[in-house]
Amino acid sequence: MSLGAPSVLEVNDLRGSYGPVRVLHGLSFEVHASEIVVILGANGSGKTSTLRAISGMISASGSVKLGGEEILGKRPEVIARRGVAHVPQGRGTFAELTVEENLRAGAYTRKDPQIDTDIERWYGVFPRLKERRGQAAGSMSGGEQQMLAVSRALMMSPRLLLLDEPSLGLAPLVTQELFQRLGELNRQTSIAMLVVEQNANLTLKIAHRGYVLEAGEIVASGSSAELAENDEVRRAYLGM
Amino acid sequence: MTLFVQQLLIGIGNGVIYASVALALVLIYRTTGILNFAQGEMALVTTYVLWQLTDSGVPIGAAVPLAVVVGFVMGALIERVIVRRVEESSALTVVIVTIGMFLAANSIAQFFFGSDSKIVPRSIPDKATTIADVKITLQPIALAGLLVLECLVLWLLLQRTKLGLALRAVSSNPDSSRLVGISTGTMLMAGWAIAAALGALGGAAAVSGGEALDASLMQRLLVFAFAAAAIGGFDSPLGAVVGGIIVGVANAMTTTYLADANNGVDWLKGITLVVPFGLIALVLLFRPTGLFGRRVVERV
Repeated sequence: MSLGAPSVLEVNDLRGSYGPVRVLHGLSFEVHASEIVVILGANGSGKTSTLRAISGMISASGSVKLGGEEILGKRPEVIARRGVAHVPQGRGTFAELTVEENLRAGAYTRKDPQIDTDIERWYGVFPRLKERRGQAAGSMSGGEQQMLAVSRALMMSPRLLLLDEPSLGLAPLVTQELFQRLGELNRQTSIAMLVVEQNANLTLKIAHRGYVLEAGEIVASGSSAELAENDEVRRAYLGM
Repeated sequence: MTLFVQQLLIGIGNGVIYASVALALVLIYRTTGILNFAQGEMALVTTYVLWQLTDSGVPIGAAVPLAVVVGFVMGALIERVIVRRVEESSALTVVIVTIGMFLAANSIAQFFFGSDSKIVPRSIPDKATTIADVKITLQPIALAGLLVLECLVLWLLLQRTKLGLALRAVSSNPDSSRLVGISTGTMLMAGWAIAAALGALGGAAAVSGGEALDASLMQRLLVFAFAAAAIGGFDSPLGAVVGGIIVGVANAMTTTYLADANNGVDWLKGITLVVPFGLIALVLLFRPTGLFGRRVVERV
């Protein structure tokens, strides 16, 4: 991806805390149009907090610009309407609602007539969701729920998709399939994605660029190929 | 046999009133997870409003819908002004706040309307017909019809509209709702407004046959409505209805056969209020989620 592409997301000096505990110490990074960017980090490095700060779920200071407009300090539902679709850790599906109702809830803010077409479109990408369209989301397997969570986010027609550890709790084969789909989606729809992960192996394969987060600070950055060659990354995240 | 059928009808009529208030309890519980102890007293206030309207010359047929609208607005205001400040707090705090509202609403009603009983004109005519020695009055039948209509409208609202989908999404997962752009605050306000409107309808039903209105009217009703909701399962509107009718019929039967001054059992005179609690205990012992409550099975 060329560095000349316009920025979908620009984060500058992002600081955030849970009560008195500071978890983000001034992060700066960006996501360009139609790019997949990964933030690699271990447990407790601040990955989830970073995404939650972007989508307005925790209060933070600094600057978060979406398409050049400041969104920091706005309420989550407002940020969602601006085009940020956050798939939270643990998937966050509406367990009591059916698969199809989950997808319709994703389209809640849309008023265009394309909603039914879009539902069929994501059923085409994830056929298992179609088979289970009338089933309560909470009764599905973890992998199916993750696919539903991603589809629900896509129903928002977002400008930016935030994915919080999509591989968490999934079997390796399921994870592989999911990442493959995410890569295909990015190529077909050119939706920008920001993925935070511990699973560097798979993410670096689909991501264009990445950052490494340690204790609330960015300690390395570069293209996926560069990060895959980085000794620190190889030792800490690729087990080499 | 005649007495039995007559009591059955009276029980169903009362049960329908309990079910109306129980439906309101269930609606708030489903959308917000809060047990609203003030539900009955909120309905008391709207029923006094109903009386005030008729006393100022508004015909009863117009006063009932007006009282329901007042309930809707009052419910929205209570959520916005009082409940929203504690929604994030512990369940205990919220319960104490709703009990506070219970006492406040009751005192406010007494302050403005006095402690003497008021008579609200009948909204359901005093008509009756006799079939095979059983006197069938119009009131229970009309109330049952009203309840069926209420349930149908509520079901359509929750299952078939975008607002209903958003209400259910918020009750299922508030955080995720915000992430898809649903304003949880607005939905909680809508939930309280709709519940208070249902409660107002329940209050109007409780005085639909010209029953006396005083500040204690709803306290007894709330006990039965809670029993109805607990028996049916707090998350099930259908359960609220069935629970309401079970409680109403059980109450009518115990009043007639056990606690009546003439043909009752002498030492069982005080048993009527024991019945709802006995039923709650019995149901919870064997089905902790209530008869229709769902045990949510969630795989992770």
